[in-house]
Amino acid sequence: MAETTHPSGTGAHGAPGGDDGTSRRDFLYLATGAVGAVGVAAAAWPFIDSMNPAADTLALASIEVDLAPVAEGQSITVTWRGKPVFVRHRTAKEIDEAKKVNLSELRDPAPDDKRVQKPEWLILVGVCTHLGCVPLGQKPTDPRGDYDGWFCPCHGSHYDTAGRIRKGPAPANLVVPQYAFLSDNRIRLG
Amino acid sequence: MAQAHASNFKNPVVKWIDSRLPIFTMLHHEYNEYPMPKNVNYLWAFGAIAGIMLVIMIATGLVLAMQYAANTAIAFDSVERIMRDVNYGWLLRYVHANGASFFFIAVYLHMFRGLYYGSYKAPREILWIIGVVIFLLMMATAFMGYVLPWGQMSFWGATVITNLFSAFPIVGDPIVTWLWGGFSVDNPTLNRFFALHFLLPFVILGVVILHTAALHICGSNNPLGIDPKGPQDTVPFNPYITVKDLFAVVVFLIVYAIFVFFMPNYMGHPDNYIPANPLVTPAHIVPEWYFLPFYAILRAIPDKLGGVLAMFGAIAVLVVLPWLDTSKVRSCKFRPIYRQFFWVLALDALVLGYAGAMPAEGHWLLIARIGTAYYFFHFLILLPVLGKLERPSPMPASISEPVLKGGGRVAAGAHAKPMEKA
Ligand code: HEM
Ligand code: FES
Repeated sequence: MAETTHPSGTGAHGAPGGDDGTSRRDFLYLATGAVGAVGVAAAAWPFIDSMNPAADTLALASIEVDLAPVAEGQSITVTWRGKPVFVRHRTAKEIDEAKKVNLSELRDPAPDDKRVQKPEWLILVGVCTHLGCVPLGQKPTDPRGDYDGWFCPCHGSHYDTAGRIRKGPAPANLVVPQYAFLSDNRIRLG
Repeated sequence: MAQAHASNFKNPVVKWIDSRLPIFTMLHHEYNEYPMPKNVNYLWAFGAIAGIMLVIMIATGLVLAMQYAANTAIAFDSVERIMRDVNYGWLLRYVHANGASFFFIAVYLHMFRGLYYGSYKAPREILWIIGVVIFLLMMATAFMGYVLPWGQMSFWGATVITNLFSAFPIVGDPIVTWLWGGFSVDNPTLNRFFALHFLLPFVILGVVILHTAALHICGSNNPLGIDPKGPQDTVPFNPYITVKDLFAVVVFLIVYAIFVFFMPNYMGHPDNYIPANPLVTPAHIVPEWYFLPFYAILRAIPDKLGGVLAMFGAIAVLVVLPWLDTSKVRSCKFRPIYRQFFWVLALDALVLGYAGAMPAEGHWLLIARIGTAYYFFHFLILLPVLGKLERPSPMPASISEPVLKGGGRVAAGAHAKPMEKA
């Protein structure tokens, strides 16, 4: 009987026990506990969510980039949402290398034309998909890795001329950000 | 009528307080009378040393926090201002920065002491697990502290370590964004790291109190790993151990002071005196030395998620260690085979640490892989199997026996059987 499980329960102020050994009091305990747990979870959410990006962070304006000064074979780095964005004016040879690759060799298969809007302009978030370092390969003096693209010095990831991962610990290709061509040599990021 | 605690103190003020809140009785019981096995060696001082280090870190941290500004625009300069303009700022910062290293030195020696003498075995499992919790909290605290000066290593260390969480499928990226409070390590990240860096040491303090509470329930282990058989095997904590610990603390602080005053940047990284630049990763990112073995394990695995799991797994095996080691004999003194492997493990940890500081390629990568394999082999295969196969060497009947040649005033029947285990 339920009474025996409550130290003070003599039955005088306890709820009458059901035939299956449960009482109204057991039910009330459970219901109170459940409501309490939901309440705590609901109260915890504002605390947790306050740590997510705030409205001003989310609203970080999109930026426009002028491509005119970037000569063929050159790269520039711009900052967008606190991250470097690589803009490379690819040479015919680089485009050719990117197109020739057999997709089945790739860790994260993607054809070159899915990664560019115009073949000569490759635009990438310059953050290694391994643990977030900025790969080398933007400056003419930088090592570009075994595939003529970028090389991440942190743990040795090699990216090709379409920013695809070819060798090393990174699991995925460099991310292509959202962008649109405003004119022939002007883009908007974001 | 309410019952006051019957206090034995003579001083009327102390007695008045103590009979209402028996704090003096408790302290007397835990730090005066507390019986310590009389054979403990200096390795038993590292607990006290770690406690002193925590106090030093909280004291210096508190005054540094009064000068430091957690904003990416001025954080680096505010630390330089501490170094140049604040009265004794250079001293306080060097004591704090080197203190983190010496805190870890003390705790690592404390942990290896436990491994050698089997201090994690029954009945001290919870005591050991609380210790692993303290270790985890310390790592989190030190990691976030290192971000605060906002140098190149601060920024890129924070980037690489927070990105570890992106290895988890589906939840990974939202977790990383949540940790950052943005789309990269930035001002919101620095702000919350400062808040947490301030908070966690006090959490550690609370857990340390639990650690000592658990210790004082089962009592201290000792180099023989056998339980004291009575008062003839123990000495009161005060003055015997207080003096011994104090001597060890002074020697430790002298070495610490040599670093603070004569080579304060020896354990730091020069790149951290370059202000953080989100567009340029330093050629060679290394964490602080105390994370290197774990960093080596992370990089040894050629898969992102696998590396992260191995790194966390390296600490998780410590949590379940009391159940992985199947031997009933605590001290390595009586485990002729395990004793050798203990030193292999110690060497393995050093080799992993060294490999962690080297570029992850060529033979260093191979060495890190062998080291990682041995680490897990040691805990997951060797310890369970060896406990069953190894024949322990004969153990003395009591702590006093080897010293007093079986003499000493041992109550009849208090002798343990010669082959008693643990
Ligand atoms: C478990 C104890 C603690 C550890 C392991 C620890 C570790 C660290 C480390 C490694 C640094 C970076 C040092 C540098 O390179 O400059 C640091 C900085 C800092 N810590 Fe702590 N800390 C601890 C406790 C505290 C506490 C309790 C506070 C505040 C109440 C605090 C406040 C600060 C401040 C303001 C800085 C930035 C100034 C600086 O870089 O020197 N710390 N801490
Ligand atoms: S962060 Fe680029 S390889 Fe690890």
